Amino acid sequence: MSEKERNEEAAELPEKQGRERLAAPVKRTGMFGGSTGGDTSGFGGLQVRGSAPANSPRPYTDPDDPRTADFDRVADDLEAALGEDAGAVERVEVALGELTFHVRREALLELARVLRDDPALRYELCTGVTGVHFPDDTGRELRAVYHFRSISHNSEIRVVTTCPDADPHVPSIVSVYPTNDWHEREAWDFFGIVFDGHPALTRIQMPDDWRGHPQRKDYPLGGIPVEYRGATVPPPDERRSYT
Amino acid sequence: MTVTEDYIDASGGDWDDVIEKAQATSAERLVVNMGPQHPSTHGVLRLILTLDGETCTEARVAIGYLHTGIEKNMEYRTWTQGTTFVTRMDYLTPLFNETAYCLAVEKLLGITERVPERASVIRVMMMELNRMASHFVAMATFGMELGATTVMTNGFREREMILDIFELVTGLRMNHAYVRPGGVAQDLPPGAVGQVRELLKEMPKRIQIMRKLLDENPVYLARTKDVAYLNLPGCMALGVTGPLLRASGLAFDLRKSKPYCGYEGYEFDVPVSDGGDVYARYRVRIAEMEESLKIIEQCLDKLGPGPVMIQDAKIGWPAKLALGPDGLGNSPDHIAHIMSSSMEALIHHFKLVTEGFRVPAGQAYAAVESAKGELGCYAVSDGGTRPHRVHFRDPSFTHLQAVAAMCEGGTVADVIAAVASIDPVMGGVDR
Amino acid sequence: MGLEEKLPSGIALTTVEQVVGLARKSSMWPATFGLACCAIEMMAVGGPHYDLARFGMEKFGATPRQADLMVVAGRVSQKMAPVLRQIYDQMPEPKWVIAMGVCASSGGMFNNYAIVQGVDHIVPVDIYLPGCPPRPEMFLDAVLKLHDKVQNTKLGAHRELEITEIEERMLRRSLPVVTRD
Repeated sequence: MSEKERNEEAAELPEKQGRERLAAPVKRTGMFGGSTGGDTSGFGGLQVRGSAPANSPRPYTDPDDPRTADFDRVADDLEAALGEDAGAVERVEVALGELTFHVRREALLELARVLRDDPALRYELCTGVTGVHFPDDTGRELRAVYHFRSISHNSEIRVVTTCPDADPHVPSIVSVYPTNDWHEREAWDFFGIVFDGHPALTRIQMPDDWRGHPQRKDYPLGGIPVEYRGATVPPPDERRSYT
Repeated sequence: MTVTEDYIDASGGDWDDVIEKAQATSAERLVVNMGPQHPSTHGVLRLILTLDGETCTEARVAIGYLHTGIEKNMEYRTWTQGTTFVTRMDYLTPLFNETAYCLAVEKLLGITERVPERASVIRVMMMELNRMASHFVAMATFGMELGATTVMTNGFREREMILDIFELVTGLRMNHAYVRPGGVAQDLPPGAVGQVRELLKEMPKRIQIMRKLLDENPVYLARTKDVAYLNLPGCMALGVTGPLLRASGLAFDLRKSKPYCGYEGYEFDVPVSDGGDVYARYRVRIAEMEESLKIIEQCLDKLGPGPVMIQDAKIGWPAKLALGPDGLGNSPDHIAHIMSSSMEALIHHFKLVTEGFRVPAGQAYAAVESAKGELGCYAVSDGGTRPHRVHFRDPSFTHLQAVAAMCEGGTVADVIAAVASIDPVMGGVDR
Repeated sequence: MGLEEKLPSGIALTTVEQVVGLARKSSMWPATFGLACCAIEMMAVGGPHYDLARFGMEKFGATPRQADLMVVAGRVSQKMAPVLRQIYDQMPEPKWVIAMGVCASSGGMFNNYAIVQGVDHIVPVDIYLPGCPPRPEMFLDAVLKLHDKVQNTKLGAHRELEITEIEERMLRRSLPVVTRD
């Protein structure tokens, strides 16, 4: 690139950046003094609404990316192992060197069993489940995200299943992976996802009599009064003025 | 206090009442509440034990007494500020938390390959130092909880040596926030390499002292041999990783199987034992410390000159830090640059520090082999300057589920040994 | 001058308050109340490098019933708050509280649903020790300040008078609390 071209490009840069910025679906919630619940950082934040890659096409293995080396094999083996239940996998997502299977929730338990028991797959280790709340994703607001690790094949996959806020039920896989016991209790505690078939789905982190599920997006960050023996101390954001 | 046909609940109330009721019934079983404030439960862990005489027939674990809401709090701060929060999760392995988080953020940004070599080497060195510090505390608290005060004082004394290095490099003894997305906060200060070399010379002797004290100590052996046994299938079912898994005979180590931060370039062994008991876990931990020393030595050799933060002005922190008369702060050169010579630099600095950088929408999972096991960080971005969700898969949280499998059928004294051998840190368990 | 001049050597004069204060401060028994990161620093203070035993405090009581100092070392969660208060109630009088670290003092960086915004909402605090976590030296400084306070605590009617005075002074102070409509 000659110096002249570089200069031209540099001259266009602010305009180009401005165009890009206007084109991005940015949601700004104000600069200082953001009004989102309980936020005391003073800055309202910035969200760019963009959709993640929905459905990756085959082949999943990218010859230039060693991280994806066994993705096609895993997908084939899973398809073969599921047999006629292969429709359980709604879509497959390959992004950032990670393989994600989006699964219908009805089929989750069977899928977990196949993942653990099928000799070609052998995902011995489940590293737990966590919830993610997407209030804008109507009909699939709550996601349960599982990560599985195969020590035999040195492979790692993610399984995602969704459920709506109105019917927050997902089958429990504790019967297959006992390690998920506490992880599912935590996801229930924080997000209100009901894991059907869990042996004792009770709160784990919050006190037993807590109201609400605090890590959902519609739950404020702060502003919970302290209660002790009937006496109440008002929540921090109502105690004194910051202005 | 309640008394039913077959057990006496002593989880609260007056002991006189308990004894009176116990004498009135033929029940032998006693439910005892241990914790959350108890000197032997490794922090604010609560155990509910059903005892039949001295035998523990049922062990239930209650957690949540240190739940801090860190994961939610991070959704209200920028990606860079996130390191300040994650470092306070498992406060004995802060550098592992930071690295796991930064690896996840770097994956989302797609800059994993562009993190400077020197930054990766520093990360590895700091993590291995941290591994030793964490193992020393594991042994020290084990000693304290079983009444061996010498083990405790020795462990904390050796740990101070490592903390001195941490303080020199990061400015803090704990809660460093040193590893940042794109690299590390600042380069090693002068004298750091020398101090690490001193440590490499001194530490083998200190580890040897620990070994002499414990390896063949009959009292220690009696308290640890064949205690809290957990076999390999048990480990796999309960998701147990780290030293506990390696003490049950499987040489699984993420540093070998899924290398990160350039671990594939280091020569080290993965210590394994097939004892499956508390003693085997101790042996694995102390052998791991010796391996860590090897890795640190290789780090010093690999430490070439170069930047320690990604060369991308849109991500890398704008300011360099400098040591002034009043402590660590922004470097005067940088302040002079933004305040008097370049308006653009000032705007850039302001935007990057207050608003932060944007991370493309997506999800990423990064796992590191922490001192305690597989520490995973799952980060979700909505494209903005703050995380949409960050979740930590903490090894201590998972391992505490194994308490029942380890303790039931054993004596109540061995419950303490079992919990201490897991080495849970409640900050990581409850987050 | 006075009586002191005429005393034989080996005899010193002081007040009962000072003697009691000296006894109380010289052998404080802290209750182990380690919660989070600060607890590790508290243990480090008990270790050989910083050596809390120099101040007669190496005996960390396993039970609150044999302790007179509670060091709240770390963040207090909503779930832990009732437990903390119960332990405080179990400690015999006189008792003192050190809020170690910013989380125990004010909630610190965790201004959220899970953390009590300062342990002073639950128990009275004598010393607020800032830092995240405070260095062991800072903890020792807090301990010495508390010793000073204990040494100079008044007794009986004097104490009551002192409390009334402090209370009146606090009432006259303008508070930063504002009401929201």
